[in-house]
Amino acid sequence: MTTVDTPAGTSTGRRVQVGLLLQRQGALIALVVLVVFGVLRYGERFATGFNLSSFTGDTAKYGLVALGMTFVIMTGGIDLSVGSVVALGGVVGVGVSEYGLLPGLLAGTAAGAAVGVVNGLLITRLRLQPFIVTLATLLAVRGLALTLAGTRAAVAAPGGFQSLGSWSLLGLPVAAWAMFLAFLVGAAVLHYTPWGRQVLAIGGNVDAARLMGLPVARTTFSVYVLSGALAGCAGVFLGSQNGSVDTAAGQGWELTAIAAVVVGGTLLTGGVGSVLSSLVGVLLLQLIFNLIVFENGRGAVTISSFWESVIRGAFLLVVVLLQVRLVRRRGEAGRPA
Amino acid sequence: MSSRPDTPASPAAAEPDGQPAGTTAGTGPGTTAGGATAEGASTEGGRGGRVRWSVWAQRYGALAALAALFVYNAIATPYFLTPQSLLFILLRQAAPIAIVAVGMAIVIGTGGIDLSVGSVMAIAGQVGAVLVLGGQPALLAVLAALLVAALCGLFNGTLVARFGVQPIIATLILFIAGRGIAQLITGGELQPLSNPDFQWIGLARPLGVPAQVIIAVVVAVVAWLVMRLTVYGRYVLAVGGNETASRLAGLPAARVKLLAYVTSGVLAGLVGLIAVSATSASDANNTGVGMELDAIAAVAVAGTPLTGGKVTIPGAVVGAVLLKLLQNTLISKGVTKEVAQIVTGAVIVLALWLQRQDTP
Repeated sequence: MTTVDTPAGTSTGRRVQVGLLLQRQGALIALVVLVVFGVLRYGERFATGFNLSSFTGDTAKYGLVALGMTFVIMTGGIDLSVGSVVALGGVVGVGVSEYGLLPGLLAGTAAGAAVGVVNGLLITRLRLQPFIVTLATLLAVRGLALTLAGTRAAVAAPGGFQSLGSWSLLGLPVAAWAMFLAFLVGAAVLHYTPWGRQVLAIGGNVDAARLMGLPVARTTFSVYVLSGALAGCAGVFLGSQNGSVDTAAGQGWELTAIAAVVVGGTLLTGGVGSVLSSLVGVLLLQLIFNLIVFENGRGAVTISSFWESVIRGAFLLVVVLLQVRLVRRRGEAGRPA
Repeated sequence: MSSRPDTPASPAAAEPDGQPAGTTAGTGPGTTAGGATAEGASTEGGRGGRVRWSVWAQRYGALAALAALFVYNAIATPYFLTPQSLLFILLRQAAPIAIVAVGMAIVIGTGGIDLSVGSVMAIAGQVGAVLVLGGQPALLAVLAALLVAALCGLFNGTLVARFGVQPIIATLILFIAGRGIAQLITGGELQPLSNPDFQWIGLARPLGVPAQVIIAVVVAVVAWLVMRLTVYGRYVLAVGGNETASRLAGLPAARVKLLAYVTSGVLAGLVGLIAVSATSASDANNTGVGMELDAIAAVAVAGTPLTGGKVTIPGAVVGAVLLKLLQNTLISKGVTKEVAQIVTGAVIVLALWLQRQDTP
């Protein structure tokens, strides 16, 4: 092995502690650093309530998708279909938009949950691999969404349905509050309910979980339903905020959601993870985009929007390499990674 | 790493929620439990005696489906059996997917996955187009593009083989960043191309056959021979079947994986050049979008488990042609493209279910 040489004894322990802190909170540290950087560099315009509210409101839909993905990944699975489910949820929500926002949210979430049921059944009953099952539903659900929309952008009825973008509470959009609330509930559920512990147990060691008598199939099934429902709900957010859902809606969201989860420190092998870290991961990846907009606003240098994806990719690379080092070091310190 | 439970002991206990593809864990009993040699042997003719239905379905299911669909079209679709239709519509459309699927099959054989192929296509296509538009000779442009594609593969392979990053995440990095890199090369603008030498691979038709079909056949035959006859081919199966065991047996597991990703990168780059040539325009925004899904689906539909340890190059090619023919058939029968997409998704799931390897 060509890993870093680890000095023996307590200093290893210290470094492991620092490493653990970095892995757990590295994304949070980076987020704080970037926010401070933004405030110092762009001053008041960056720190305005307007920027904060439009940023968090815009991020909410990505956050919901990443939340569902976090639970799926913690069981050791993956859900590639979420991007298409966003489109489906948006189209369904927009389809009932004349009745207002609440029916739209219910219908979109239900449509997403239905896709989650299909995913979950295929994975638990037919015992197919999550990766390929959700890849197939990615294709099929996108086709379904496009068919329902008549291969055009689905345009929402004016009025109540589109009010999500304008509602705000204490200076933040309702969409942002919904995201924060969802993550708080998600974190609480993970830590304090049997279901949350089962999710982690299954991801840690599925055989052990089964031998202990945990309802492996039921829990696995439910995380895919949750992921689908949240993605469907995110689609309605998208439709309500933009007033329409175009044919490319949600494309590639599955991969940005996975990136956010990984940046947050959740391991793809399952069994380890934190819900709130995924929130930090989402905010971080979106903040990069926000900062690029401001940098261009200064006018000194123009960073094309193409850099956005390059910078996100580079960021993911740094995080992943950091994680690898930490996991290895933990392994050497006697704790299996 | 915890991702290696290696659970050959209890067949009942090992399923349903396998690790995300790419981890080397033995998910399905029977897929990897016996390691590489068992897998290798099972690809050779049936182990004497009766070939069971499940084995048959797994091995020839995709081919049978392709044959059935072909016969159906021959009867029901007018002008289907003309060289024009077969060569210039079906095979010409399937060739790029087949080429990428060959590289994907090898990567999947090592227990990995390559999500970056679409972005690598875009990068290679842009590099080639920019060089040709800048007045460089066509051959130099092609070689430079393939070199860049190989470097992309090297990047993926280094992350996976040297740093132990999970393949899905390692290749996700280039999937995200690669598209931006390709767009930066040309500023994201569409640039028309007209250079017959450079566009040979996309437009030429030596002996009346589209060049990209010939390239696909050559790539598939070479890859098949390499996997079948060379030590490298055996190493891929061994590493994908049980990486720890293969490393303990002294195999250069890291190099085997590295070479698989480089191969996948080069083949994706080649297809990127084909795509740019065939459309006579360098389009960084759209070249190769969704290719990773098509290629993975082509590999999976032919019954190759995503857990590694098995490679069937003919299967990848059959899968690519099958999925393309299925879509074309549906569309020619008046079904919309979107519904065809739904059916494709359903067929992938059905194929996996029929070919699932844990049937007792």
